[in-house]
Amino acid sequence: MSVLVVVECADGEVKKSSLEVASYGAQVAAQLGTTATAIAVGEANEANLAKLGEQGIAKVLYDAEPRLKDFVNNAYTKLIATAAEQEQAKVIVLANSNIGAAVGSRLSVRLKASLATNVVELPKTDGGQFVVKRGAFSGKAFSDVVLSGDRKIIAVKKNSTEAQHEAGKTAEVASFSAQLSDADFADAPKQVVMQDQAGGVLLPEAERVVSGGRGMKGPENWNLIEDLAKALGAATACSKPVSDVDWRPHHEHVGQTGITVSPNLYIACGISGAIQHLAGVNSSKVIVVINKDPEAPFFKAADYGIVGDVFDVLPKLTAAVKALN
Amino acid sequence: MKFLVCISNVPDTTTKITFTPDNKEFNKAGVQFVINPWDEYALTRAIELKEAAGSGTVTVLNVGEADTEPNIRKALAIGADDAIRVNAAPTDAYFVAEQIAAIAKEGAYDVILMGKESIDYNGFQVHGMVGEMLGIPTVAPAMKLDLSGNTATLEREIEGGKEIVTVNTPFVASCQQPMCEPRIPNMRGIMTARTKPLKVVPAVGEPARTQVQEYALPPKKQGVKLIDAENAGELIKLLRNEAKVI
Ligand SMILES: Cc1cc2nc3c(=O)[nH]c(=O)nc-3n(C[C@H](O)[C@H](O)[C@H](O)COP(=O)(O)OP(=O)(O)OC[C@H]3O[C@@H](n4cnc5c(N)ncnc54)[C@H](O)[C@@H]3O)c2cc1C
Repeated sequence: MSVLVVVECADGEVKKSSLEVASYGAQVAAQLGTTATAIAVGEANEANLAKLGEQGIAKVLYDAEPRLKDFVNNAYTKLIATAAEQEQAKVIVLANSNIGAAVGSRLSVRLKASLATNVVELPKTDGGQFVVKRGAFSGKAFSDVVLSGDRKIIAVKKNSTEAQHEAGKTAEVASFSAQLSDADFADAPKQVVMQDQAGGVLLPEAERVVSGGRGMKGPENWNLIEDLAKALGAATACSKPVSDVDWRPHHEHVGQTGITVSPNLYIACGISGAIQHLAGVNSSKVIVVINKDPEAPFFKAADYGIVGDVFDVLPKLTAAVKALN
Repeated sequence: MKFLVCISNVPDTTTKITFTPDNKEFNKAGVQFVINPWDEYALTRAIELKEAAGSGTVTVLNVGEADTEPNIRKALAIGADDAIRVNAAPTDAYFVAEQIAAIAKEGAYDVILMGKESIDYNGFQVHGMVGEMLGIPTVAPAMKLDLSGNTATLEREIEGGKEIVTVNTPFVASCQQPMCEPRIPNMRGIMTARTKPLKVVPAVGEPARTQVQEYALPPKKQGVKLIDAENAGELIKLLRNEAKVI
């Protein structure tokens, strides 16, 4: 009996959301009186994997098969299922990412496990039940869900749990093979195209986000958003109409039909705060709204607000951040 | 090509969410239900691909009770050829996936499309479960889908980019923007939808694996603290010293 944590890596680094998941898994293991093992997927660096000890992971399994560098659904499912059987894992924890969702749902059928996605807290395991809290209704509510059966899979929402960190502890890194065949790679991607990220910060993982709406008037004004984002080490985002008219690329569009983000700080500039936009950002810890209309609905969801013109306010904010640093 | 498009019936996106007094169920009273916005991408793309090929069928499938029929008819009005309703309350993603897999197997569909997730349950689970139950590939979430013979080329969103994936039929894809521009029904579509076949079948399989114990609303915000625009830099000090987020 153990807890198996799926850790996603890219370019040798463990993704931030996977550090959160590792720490979550280690805490669940402690709750259940067992240890947490990780299975690393993607392109990993062994020294970084060993550092997962700092999040409380005892052992990391790693299959260095080069074709596993990019996500391959069938191969990843088999790899993780094999690790789960080897470790006799009763609980499997993944990130609520595109990989986590694609592979977690297949695994739940293969391993006959109950599955909860979008989970925001540690489970409650007292009284013989296993209950997780998850986001529902596009961030407008939460539900406590009872997971039945012998085996459970949990996909943890990004930035909803704090990654614990105990400096200096190391995990054992063990090589692992799921005996993958060519057939397991039949659905491998033919090409992977990375997009330019403003300031190099990935929006889905960002701790701070500066976002612009139609109030920014046109793509030529986005330097104001980018300057503030750069000063804050933030990612940039936008509302749906902005990406619909191609002022910004689709992958920056947040909301009900776009990306869901939950950063520590979300700064909305010239965005009205329609309910569909809020659905993608309302679990941000602190929301700042800049809008020249004092009646803009976004102010109701905000922690801090400035009633003013974005063209006047944004340069002042950027200057103030620069003055801090 | 035989397309199966799965649609769910969800509260309109602007719905204020409330629950029954015991907090065990969503309060449906007075709520307008719509086709799940993500599913509209799946439906429209299937119709576009059928039209481009000049042959094929698009079947819509919903797991739900009789009150979902207006939205099934709407899908028919948008251009689907026929519909199947599995007569059961959709209790959890696993249960819904079992129904879809059973129908897909029986009808030997080539392409099974659905939305990335439903905007009420936000599961993002059904696609993979159906793919695994049928032993066929899943591409999730897909932003683009083209077909050439039995081979599909899809763009799959990954954090920070996209992948180009090719799979052979049959396969499952969960759809999202910017796959296509969802269509709205026109008068002719609405008229012909009335006579299109809608088959009702009983549920199969095991009961749900998860149960909702209780729903809750997020804690209320404290209220916005306004900073004078003239003094905008003050905000940055508050974000550092008070909110501690920078
Ligand atoms: C099914 C469905 C799904 C949707 N999904 C999404 C989604 O995922 N994401 C999303 O964002 N939207 C979504 N929408 C659209 C949503 O309803 C709104 O239309 C959209 O969010 C509005 O974008 P906006 O606030 O940028 O633009 P607007 O509504 O045009 O608002 C612009 C705001 O900028 C302010 N402004 C103008 N000039 C200035 C200035 N100089 N300085 C300061 N403020 C200024 C105005 O006061 C106004 O509040 C969806 C809609 C539907 C029906």
